[in-house]
Amino acid sequence: MDVLNKVPVREQDAKERAKNFEEVCLGYNLEEAQCEAGRCINCKNAQCVKGCPVAIDIPGFIQQVKEGNIEEAYRIISESSALPAVCGRVCPQESQCEGKCIRGIKGDPISIGKLERFVADWARESNIKPQGATEKKGKKVAVIGSGPAGLTCAGDLAKMGYDVTIFEALHEAGGVLVYGIPEFRLPKKTVVAKEIENVKALGVKIETNVVIGKSTTIDELMEEEGFSAVFIGSGAGLPKFMGIPGENSNGVFSANEYLTRNNLMKSFDKNSNTPIMHGKKVAVVGGGNVAMDAARTALRLGAEVHIVYRRSEEELPARVEEVHHAKEEGIIFDLLTNPIEILADEKGWVTGMKCIKMELGEPDESGRRRPVEVAGSEFVMELDTVIMSLGTSPNPLISSTTEGLEVNKWKCIVADENNGKTTKEGVYAGGDAVTGAATVILAMGAGKAAAKGIDEYLSK
Amino acid sequence: MYKIVKKQELTTNIYLMEVEAKRVAKSCEPGQFVIVRMDEEGERIPLTICDYNREKGTITIVFQTVGAGTKMMADLQEGDYFHDFVGPLGCASELVNEDMDSLKAKKILFVAGGVGAAPVYPQVKWLHEHGVAADVIVGSKTKDLLILEKEMEAVAGNLYVTTDDGSYGRSGMVTQTIKDLVAEGKQYDVCIAIGPMIMMKFVCLLTKELGIPTVVSLNPIMVDGTGMCGACRVTVGGKVKFACVDGPEFDGHQVNFDEAMRRQSIYKTAEGRAMLELEEGDTHHGNCGVCH
Repeated sequence: MDVLNKVPVREQDAKERAKNFEEVCLGYNLEEAQCEAGRCINCKNAQCVKGCPVAIDIPGFIQQVKEGNIEEAYRIISESSALPAVCGRVCPQESQCEGKCIRGIKGDPISIGKLERFVADWARESNIKPQGATEKKGKKVAVIGSGPAGLTCAGDLAKMGYDVTIFEALHEAGGVLVYGIPEFRLPKKTVVAKEIENVKALGVKIETNVVIGKSTTIDELMEEEGFSAVFIGSGAGLPKFMGIPGENSNGVFSANEYLTRNNLMKSFDKNSNTPIMHGKKVAVVGGGNVAMDAARTALRLGAEVHIVYRRSEEELPARVEEVHHAKEEGIIFDLLTNPIEILADEKGWVTGMKCIKMELGEPDESGRRRPVEVAGSEFVMELDTVIMSLGTSPNPLISSTTEGLEVNKWKCIVADENNGKTTKEGVYAGGDAVTGAATVILAMGAGKAAAKGIDEYLSK
Repeated sequence: MYKIVKKQELTTNIYLMEVEAKRVAKSCEPGQFVIVRMDEEGERIPLTICDYNREKGTITIVFQTVGAGTKMMADLQEGDYFHDFVGPLGCASELVNEDMDSLKAKKILFVAGGVGAAPVYPQVKWLHEHGVAADVIVGSKTKDLLILEKEMEAVAGNLYVTTDDGSYGRSGMVTQTIKDLVAEGKQYDVCIAIGPMIMMKFVCLLTKELGIPTVVSLNPIMVDGTGMCGACRVTVGGKVKFACVDGPEFDGHQVNFDEAMRRQSIYKTAEGRAMLELEEGDTHHGNCGVCH
């Protein structure tokens, strides 16, 4: 065994997968997992755990994998994470656990994410469920939103013995895991639905089709429905647009719309009743993970796809793995390029996008070098579809209907990051609704912290 | 699951359903809408609330079969269930939050076109229940396609029915009736127009000329209905708004109808285009220009 190099993970061939929605990464088998686990040196003062927002006992579960006790490995992970099969797939491990791995100083860090995924997939295939609470607390907690923050908070509270109900605005539970992240990165039926079933197996109830702030309010939940505490994990919110001319032309979509049609409504499937535009030449504006997801989705629907990003490759906010996969599949990166106008024909359909070349100047407040326009470098890209992936702004539905709930100047809910406490008594919050768009695991970390905060509040 | 307790075919291809949806019925107000899905594979279909019964916990919706989704929905029977029924979505009609005294002092005109009579009805009824009698114009292509006439009659101050072909009531478009009423000396402080986009556009052109502030209710393409997807963006007064959270009602004199009509056709199939043509008739051609 080569201790410096990780066991490579099997993937679907790039040419092949560019044409289907099957999962890209095939994961480890038992032999590969044990071999990879064998590289872990079981540090006493494990840095990887410090890099994990939900503080999984990483060396602990890896030792069990090494010895072939996968069920025990699953039990260890489950103590800290309600969604291991999800996290093993979509966490940015390179900047968290794996980024801190001592093995990574010389050679490759341990593939912690792939091992976590292996354990979770094994447990699912072996039909092993997490353990529920033995003692009930007799108190009701409402959780708003069934995305990663809500599911984690609900799962933790249920394990402590609380009677938890999740309220979900859409018709299906999972939040960004079902509407945002595509099938080829995170299979919905086999992975997401099963992890949600596990949370339900802990006793959590999920009521779909309830829009808090519209169908009912937080005050009504607490005063009329008997909930002693509420956790808000309502997610990121409204898509941003650039504000350039032509942006309302037919053929310009937000990444949220494009991905929701495809992922939640399954419009890639011929049997789906929800349509999606099958563009021939698509530009995705933006450089984050959502942009990569939208681009790779458009590619699979048969388009030539360009990522248009105003900074250089170094500043791309997307995970390196996502950029790498996108390139392998044939996505074209038009970097240092910024759209200034969307062009349409006389009937209003997109025909192209006028862009300007950029160069990097002095660093801005984010520490990244500020892109500046190169005078006279305008050019036109011919296109039929433009997907805007520029981030989101908070949804005011809850904050505007809940008295005493403070928001900051970006309209994000103000909450203590240690325990999720908001300015309203008994109300806690976490995830994108508090931080603005971030990652699945950070939302889970916030859900976890809030579960602890709620337990302390209700135990007083 | 949401049980259908009543189903009625109001006229050819237009159906009324009363559906059990307790949370929606408890909190909805006139002007708001719901999104329904008939089964696990179903499209999310937005529909304006036509009536509600807080005691029974039911919502009444009215829909026209325009595509595959609504056609399948029309096959549902009393006792069947909707898989999903979420709401109330969007903002309530401004009337609901207005000061009662100032509202009572106002002369209000409603203009409903086709299936637009359904979303107009709860507003007129709400006003009626609060002691305000509003004038209502209901326009329909022919006598056969007229809906909710009796219901509207019971709650409207004056009801004016007009048919495009003159087969019933007055003859001609709703805009003709507005002109006639004003010529007869009627004065209005506010107009609320709901119907096909093209009707709302022409009503707005007219009321702008007549100096009557006008509210319209838009029904653009949407997916989630909570502000998340941005499919429903419309330009109002030069600013981009999301109809699902900022609307569905807007100042009609500020709405960019040409863009809104164009955007409605994004996913139109040949079948859908034919339906749109049928719905909007001769007025459709040469206006949005996207169908051919």
